Amino acid sequence: MVPALAVLVAALGYPLYRQAVMSFQEYGLAQQFGQPPEWVGLDNYVTLVTDSYLWTVIVRSVLFCIVNAAITMVVGTALAVLMTLVGRGPRLTLQIGLLLAWAMPHLASLTVWQWLFDSQYGVINWLLTNLGLDQFAGHSWLIDQLSFFTVATVIVVWMSVPFVAFSVYAGLTQVPGELYEAAEIDGSTAWQRFRQITVPLVKPVLLIVALLQIIWDLKVFTQIFVLQDAGGITAETNLIGTYIYRLGLGEGEFGLAAAASWFVLLLTVALSLYYVRVLVREEEL
Amino acid sequence: MSTRTRVRTRQRTFGVVAVVIALIWMFPVYWMLNSSFLPYNRIRAADPTFFPLDGTAAAYGRVFDSNFFDTLRVSATVTGITVVAALLFAFFAALALSRFRFKGRRSFILAVLIIQMIPAEGLFISQFKLLEGWQLLNSVIGLSLLYIAAVVPFTIWMLRGFVNGVPRDLEEAALVDGCSRLQAFFRITLPLLAPGLVASGVYAFLQAWNEFTLSLVIMTRPENMTLPLWLRSFTESNRISDWAGIMAGSVLVAVPVMIFFLLVQHRMTSGLVSGAVKG
Repeated sequence: MVPALAVLVAALGYPLYRQAVMSFQEYGLAQQFGQPPEWVGLDNYVTLVTDSYLWTVIVRSVLFCIVNAAITMVVGTALAVLMTLVGRGPRLTLQIGLLLAWAMPHLASLTVWQWLFDSQYGVINWLLTNLGLDQFAGHSWLIDQLSFFTVATVIVVWMSVPFVAFSVYAGLTQVPGELYEAAEIDGSTAWQRFRQITVPLVKPVLLIVALLQIIWDLKVFTQIFVLQDAGGITAETNLIGTYIYRLGLGEGEFGLAAAASWFVLLLTVALSLYYVRVLVREEEL
Repeated sequence: MSTRTRVRTRQRTFGVVAVVIALIWMFPVYWMLNSSFLPYNRIRAADPTFFPLDGTAAAYGRVFDSNFFDTLRVSATVTGITVVAALLFAFFAALALSRFRFKGRRSFILAVLIIQMIPAEGLFISQFKLLEGWQLLNSVIGLSLLYIAAVVPFTIWMLRGFVNGVPRDLEEAALVDGCSRLQAFFRITLPLLAPGLVASGVYAFLQAWNEFTLSLVIMTRPENMTLPLWLRSFTESNRISDWAGIMAGSVLVAVPVMIFFLLVQHRMTSGLVSGAVKG
């Protein structure tokens, strides 16, 4: 079993090493022109913090994250509850529908959504036009900031709901049926039963899923990046992830980008610490 | 109306709602398949065609004429390396975590958890610099390294659940029957762990196969593209002209993975939920 421990060190060592490299980002805070980087102290941070654009991007990301996570949680939980209310056939149909969406690689589904939202031949414009909304004929969805994020939200929610629905459904099926029967005999309404039995019992699942959603939605990258390329205006639609990418690899400002990464990391770690604390409290390691 | 019929009517109403939602959710997937079989003149028509009755597979031919197969090779290599290495590491780590009490075990589990929470997007600048320093940009090895580091924490987490599910008494009984430790392990524990290994392997496969951001950062040369990158460049160059080809490309990237996913999703979800809730 000695080799096991050796590999254990290797498996842990590499991620830890990455962590160490991360901390070297302090050292990467110098502009790099092929010469050894020089120490500039906190200059990069000062530049970033005093740059109003960064704050715009952060506020935009946080808003996007909250809206998306909230919609995803509500829709996902509603679908999970719906699964418990219907017969076997409809439930399987719904589960298969969600699974297909979940299993689809992000790039492939983004490509399809671009096609659906295509200004000239997209089904969505065709549908809206046929419903009598003539202003959508040839409407371009990605030019306007608000409608760009609406499209992004539709896509992100479509992708993320299945995970929430299945996790919450798994939690719901563990609630003993006798509880509901007893409550029904006591004359409670369906809403009361949901509030007082279901919610408390699936709360741990809801909590964890919600946190994961927030973390994922905060660092949303691929969706935004691809939509920007498909016709969004970059400056108006950057979120943290794409901002760092364009700053670092687009403009070669590795120092600034590394400093901006730290904002994201700190934000995420702050959230995760709470999650880890909840976990530690709930399980004996 | 008795309560029973009322319940049944309600169930039926909800059933209809569920099926409608399911159809809406499936639509993009259906649309991808449908569009990929349409001939040129039908895809750019005033009204969309909803069923590929006069379908053609010509679009697939156009995809195969591009550099699809070179890309497939890169993706397959990176994914293969990632799956094998991640399983090996995670397997030994999970075993050690659940079978031995050692110093620092608890903090190790915590570290695994915390690493899992770190967003790749916050790291790619330093990873880019790191690989640049090691001359590993645009290399399969470099990208695989990053992928392994990305999936190992979660695979450890998943496997740990499976190892915990193998009762120790079984191993001990085997020892009593005169097996050596290694024999006991290979004859008893390993077969029982097989489903867990398959599930974790598929998880690693899906992650590596679908990953976009890191490969965008690391694989900057066209000949080193992975499939998601290829799909994007293919889309970029054909957006005006060939949606059928783009959809065919999407089908080729998506469908194999979706089949895989459907086979193991149940294990993945239950692994995640039990890992997250029960530990």
